[in-house]
Amino acid sequence: MAENNNLLVKLDNCGVYKSSKWIVRGISLEIHKGKIVTLIGPNGSGKTTSAKMILKILKSDEGQIKNFASKMAYVPQKINIDWTMPLRVVDFMKLTSHINNLEIVDALKLTGVDNLLYNDIHNLSGGEFQRVLIARAIAKKPDLLVLDEPVQGVDFNGEIALYNLIKKICSTLNCGILLISHDLHFVMSATDHVICLNGHICCSGTPRSIVKNSAYIELFGEHNATTLSLYQHDHDHSHGTDGRVTNNV
Amino acid sequence: MGELQIMFDDFFTRALIAGIGIAIIAGPLGCLVIWRRLSYFGDTLSHSALLGVTLAYSFSFNITFSVFIISAVVALLLINLQKRTKLAGDSLLGLLAHSTLAIGLVLIGFLTSIRFDLMGLLFGDILAVDVEDITIVYLGGAAILLILYFIWKSLFSATVNYDLSAAEGMRPEISNFIFTLLLAGVIALSIKMIGALLITGLLLIPAAIARNISSSPRQMVIIATLAGVVSVIAGLFVSLEINTSSGPSIIVVALLLFIISLIPLEIKGQLQK
Repeated sequence: MAENNNLLVKLDNCGVYKSSKWIVRGISLEIHKGKIVTLIGPNGSGKTTSAKMILKILKSDEGQIKNFASKMAYVPQKINIDWTMPLRVVDFMKLTSHINNLEIVDALKLTGVDNLLYNDIHNLSGGEFQRVLIARAIAKKPDLLVLDEPVQGVDFNGEIALYNLIKKICSTLNCGILLISHDLHFVMSATDHVICLNGHICCSGTPRSIVKNSAYIELFGEHNATTLSLYQHDHDHSHGTDGRVTNNV
Repeated sequence: MGELQIMFDDFFTRALIAGIGIAIIAGPLGCLVIWRRLSYFGDTLSHSALLGVTLAYSFSFNITFSVFIISAVVALLLINLQKRTKLAGDSLLGLLAHSTLAIGLVLIGFLTSIRFDLMGLLFGDILAVDVEDITIVYLGGAAILLILYFIWKSLFSATVNYDLSAAEGMRPEISNFIFTLLLAGVIALSIKMIGALLITGLLLIPAAIARNISSSPRQMVIIATLAGVVSVIAGLFVSLEINTSSGPSIIVVALLLFIISLIPLEIKGQLQK
């Protein structure tokens, strides 16, 4: 019963049908408070579409969605703000909620961009904009946070810090998180549940169990799959692109 | 009461009051039209307004009401067509704009018995407004601005990003629908005074001026409104002074303000080099 109180979203065999084909089909998943669920999968595998179903942006064309979340926040994958609109970071932070400048600055501090408060949003770099997007979603204090490739364009050190922040937010706000990420390193080290998509759910489970799954290995290749099993420990070092341990970071 | 009566007796004062009212409504709506890249949409609605006017004359309806209904129907038709066909938005807009305009003009041909001022319809006649027109502008305008105030957050967030707005519970589909009706409303209110061909100008140009010199959305709305009001006042005085048509004079003044508004942009560009 206690488990049920923490349930935020439950998808039962959902799918989206568009231009006479199924974009995704047979999606069943649950998101609980205080847990991170991650979607991984190749391009066009329906990760963003699945997220949009969960966020009620798209309707599911079959199956059932139960959404108990009272406040959802979204970090979309792509966002283009038309130049015709003069928009500063502070205006953007208030986009869908009534929050004061103090709360805004606090949120921007978390992602390290509080100095950009009055900057024109069009002049931000890709990484800076991404940090603002994440800060905006956090400032809403949601109970369900959906992040679609949140750290794209962020520098390497920033990436780690932001992922750690996401992990921290999950426990401080006790919110459920749905993450779409290509960063298998983070996925495997900090996620509670991994769902591997390719038009349908190929496999799902804890990171530990999924790396041994044959469907996962097929999708990401033997090499990645085996390297990843190495990542199931705390790091006191980092890895080079070839997988060798480098201690200079 | 007596003084007010005298004030409204003067056709020029009536024109000023009506024009200022329209400029105040056009300010915020114009900004949204620019942000959402809807200028052709505005054009289409105002072309179809002509049909609304002819229908009003044919069946002796109230012009404002008739134009509002026709513009709203055309707007909803457009949204529906966009879902059904593969044609691009601008093609559909052209299709609707010119076919409604043509139907309107064909209908005018049947109305030979009625004295019909086509020029007045296309360019408006703000100097002919009566007290009833002013009442309609201010009551309708107040309603439009009040509704806009309540849906602003939803509308604005959907303008920035529809998915974000939908995901975070702002119900953008509802506010988008209402916004379309509000646009039809502002066109209906201003057709008599500004005319079918120039309404979009009064929506767009003040907002364009504001974009050049503002750095936040709120600032842009305020400046657009002020620029519209200044254009109306200056345009009307110019038309009185050198005896030009009032609607076009207002738009010409707005254009001059736009050119002036480019100067600070130019200076800023030079300084940054």
